[in-house]
Amino acid sequence: MRNTSFFSRTILTAAACLLSLGAHAQEPIKVGVLHSLSGTMAISETTLKDTVLMMVEQQNAKGGVLGRPLEAVVVDPASDWPLFAERTRQLLSQDNVDVIFGAWTSVSRKAMLPVLEELNGLLFYPVQYEGEESSKNIFYTGAAPNQQAIPAVDYLMNDLGIERWVLAGTDYVYPRTTNRILEAYLKAQGVADEDIMVNYTPFSHSDWQSIVSDISRFGSAGKATAVVSTINGDANVPFYRELGNQGISSLDIPVIAFSVGEEELSGIDARPLVGHMAAWNYFQSVDTDANAEFIAQWHDFIGNTDRVTNDPMEATYIGFNMWVKAVEKAGTTDVDAVEQAMIGIKTPNLSGGVAVMNKNHHLSKPVLIGEIQADGQFQVVWETDGVVPGDAWSDYLEGSKDLISDWTAPIRCGNYNTVTQTCSGQATDF
Amino acid sequence: MRTLLLLICCFVLPMAAAQQAPEKPQITSDSNQAELSSLLLELTQANFRRMPELVTEIEQAGGRAVLPLLTALQDGELYYQPDTRELVVRQESGGGRVTVSDVFTGNTLDGFDTAALERVPINNRLRAVLQATIARILLFQGTDAEREQAARTMLSDLDEDNLVVLNEAIANEQVAAVADMINVALAMNVLVTDAPQAERLAAVATLHGNLQGPVRNLLRSFLDELGRNEQDPEVRAAMVSAMASIERKVRFYELMEQAFYGLSLGSVLLLAAIGLAVTFGVMGVINMAHGEMLMLGAYTTYVVQILMPEFINYSLWVAIPAAFMVSGLVGMFIQRFVIRYLNGRPLETLLATFGISLILQQAVRTIFSPLNRRVVSPDWMSGAWDINPVLSLTNNRLFILLFSIIVFVILLWILRKTSLGLQVRAVSQNRDMAKAMGIRTDWVDAMTFGLGSGIAGIAGVALSQLTNVGPNLGQDYIIDSFMVVVFGGVGNLWGTLVGAFSLGLANKFMEPMTGAVLAKIITLVFIILFIQVRPKGLFPQKGRAVE
Repeated sequence: MRNTSFFSRTILTAAACLLSLGAHAQEPIKVGVLHSLSGTMAISETTLKDTVLMMVEQQNAKGGVLGRPLEAVVVDPASDWPLFAERTRQLLSQDNVDVIFGAWTSVSRKAMLPVLEELNGLLFYPVQYEGEESSKNIFYTGAAPNQQAIPAVDYLMNDLGIERWVLAGTDYVYPRTTNRILEAYLKAQGVADEDIMVNYTPFSHSDWQSIVSDISRFGSAGKATAVVSTINGDANVPFYRELGNQGISSLDIPVIAFSVGEEELSGIDARPLVGHMAAWNYFQSVDTDANAEFIAQWHDFIGNTDRVTNDPMEATYIGFNMWVKAVEKAGTTDVDAVEQAMIGIKTPNLSGGVAVMNKNHHLSKPVLIGEIQADGQFQVVWETDGVVPGDAWSDYLEGSKDLISDWTAPIRCGNYNTVTQTCSGQATDF
Repeated sequence: MRTLLLLICCFVLPMAAAQQAPEKPQITSDSNQAELSSLLLELTQANFRRMPELVTEIEQAGGRAVLPLLTALQDGELYYQPDTRELVVRQESGGGRVTVSDVFTGNTLDGFDTAALERVPINNRLRAVLQATIARILLFQGTDAEREQAARTMLSDLDEDNLVVLNEAIANEQVAAVADMINVALAMNVLVTDAPQAERLAAVATLHGNLQGPVRNLLRSFLDELGRNEQDPEVRAAMVSAMASIERKVRFYELMEQAFYGLSLGSVLLLAAIGLAVTFGVMGVINMAHGEMLMLGAYTTYVVQILMPEFINYSLWVAIPAAFMVSGLVGMFIQRFVIRYLNGRPLETLLATFGISLILQQAVRTIFSPLNRRVVSPDWMSGAWDINPVLSLTNNRLFILLFSIIVFVILLWILRKTSLGLQVRAVSQNRDMAKAMGIRTDWVDAMTFGLGSGIAGIAGVALSQLTNVGPNLGQDYIIDSFMVVVFGGVGNLWGTLVGAFSLGLANKFMEPMTGAVLAKIITLVFIILFIQVRPKGLFPQKGRAVE
């Protein structure tokens, strides 16, 4: 039943597009949607595809952009990283889309980047990531490390008095880079080597018993200990379950996660997790009018009131609204014009503030820390006083602390070295 | 009629038992009722900064009678009515049934709009204060286990309040285990104060060989030159010996723990592989859809839990036969309609079953959504068996270890002692000869495949308690399964058993040194090398039939 109504709505949207096509005799603006609808990442990315479709439908109801209707072009890169590059090429050179909303994992974004730069496309990337990148053709609406990891560690250190740190992550680029930044940051704050434990596990790891018991041993040395978790995807479920079974509560060793949101918790019995934390720029439980409206629209669109909203959805929402504003400001969908128009664009975010697109293609957003509740929602226990501007290049890593990204004249460079005053070229793979 | 009676008994007996709970202490007349009610009113409006103080004030005003209130707050079950701000306890039992009860008496209250109730929020700092406060009360009112736990909580927080309470409690404590725990706390306190040498020596003697974490940390800091650094040579010598005895015990129990983890991983491997040992090992069919049989079993558990939300604790017992049937029937279907026609063509069987595995995955995605499904662990499967502060075995792993061995024994019995088993062995050894003896090989093939798949379904029920129930569940285990069967020796169930447990143990003993990623790689490399030396695995099948 849900599917039927969903399909009929899509058909209606298509029909509406056709109608307005006839009415305005205007060519539609094409919006590419490049999220995995099958494979391992389908769990997370399908939701974002639906979010973009919802935003497109709403924008069309408001009369489209520049008087032209929007038309979504959905392709499925199937959680296959090289396929992301192929599908990007297809969207840009065959479907001639004006903008792409897509990607989740850093490795898929890195696969798309050369194609985007070669064909001068425009990508809105909605997920928190490790930083160390800034491309002219990408806008990063998720959190950079200084908008998630660093404030979270500050909170643990200053408010909870944590002295010993476990950095646990899945073995790939995002956790490794984030943990490198965190390790450098912690040492700069005077944390000794023996008070930091780093652990990596494969994707979908399910046998956590010895790692959890290692953590518990590490945490029983008499100093307050916390786990900073960059464990990604569904490996989190058995991890938290093992924590619960071994009797490690949020009072003994709190876990703060950067990849666990409402969507991930909806597949878990959240009772053993109560009190563990997550750091994001948005939680569904944030009590604002804009958020209540967004949730209502989402439930209405998806036809299921049990579906949750999460941080990457808010990032998609902000990115989409910014793009619409930038196109209207530029008066065209031309990539170069929109790219310049984007900088300085402000739109309201869902947590009650205003998001600003900075010169480095990253957003200024507030940082929230929430504790997990028994119903799988978060309760905000801490937030930054104002918004935090996203920093593309971390200040705590050798080799990146002198770099800045500035896409306005006269610098116009993604990795400008402030010491040597040179631009080391575009798309670097740090 | 008899069923009806039985049903009534089932419902009435637990209720009667629940009503025999010990009497709750009343708020004493001298405790300040008025002050308490104003504090309770404030509880519904206070912010997180005020809450910890408020809890302490409530304890002072209400005394030990506020225990049920604090416990409900700690469990997140304390709610209030938005208009009257009256506090109630709201509990959810299986199947979404909601009961509202009085904060102090625990009597069920009717006539509340349960949906309108607002929860009293709680955060970690408040939880810490609550834990300490509740421990102080439980030290007098709790059961034996609760009193011991309360004293243990205080070990890491020996402030003046707690010492007063501990000294008061030791005077009346009758149970040895609780008294011991309190004595440990008091001994720890003696060490940190300026007591005379004799008392300090006695305190160290009390702590000798004690495995509690705070005790170890305290002694370590006395022996650390940068820490408290004990000066008295006699006391220091006693401390060194106490510490050595602790370390010895800890090392021993850690070894035990690692062995258990290894066996536990082995039991998961055994469960995943044992069905394959039948289809691949005995029948010789390379079944790439084996993982999906596990997945179907896990999804069956999910469906069973949806169908009987009131009886989650018993759902697994229903899920085991159900999963056996579902996976077994799907397996037989695959055998009858696909594999039968590819007999003797291993490469095509491999491709066909791989295709089937993709179809089954996508079917599950379409029916249940690509998101992971939530399977609840019954109460008796969660938690751990605490043998001592260093060694605790988690219940779910313990049960699955036992379960895997039971499944193994049953399968062995079927293959060895039943006529089906005899026929299966005959067909696998020499198909034509068996046919000549009048065995319906077609039927035996289907039954064997069904049996192997059904066992995989049962394994899926167990896996649903350990890992995610999602469309990719099968893929995560298919490689491990083949690894175990090939390593153990194709066609030999005992090989699968030994293979699974030795791989599990090797993996877990390697993990602390190498990390999880490298341990897995080393295991894989080892197996590849092993297969080069002994291509038929640990326990190769012998006899003419093999050729």
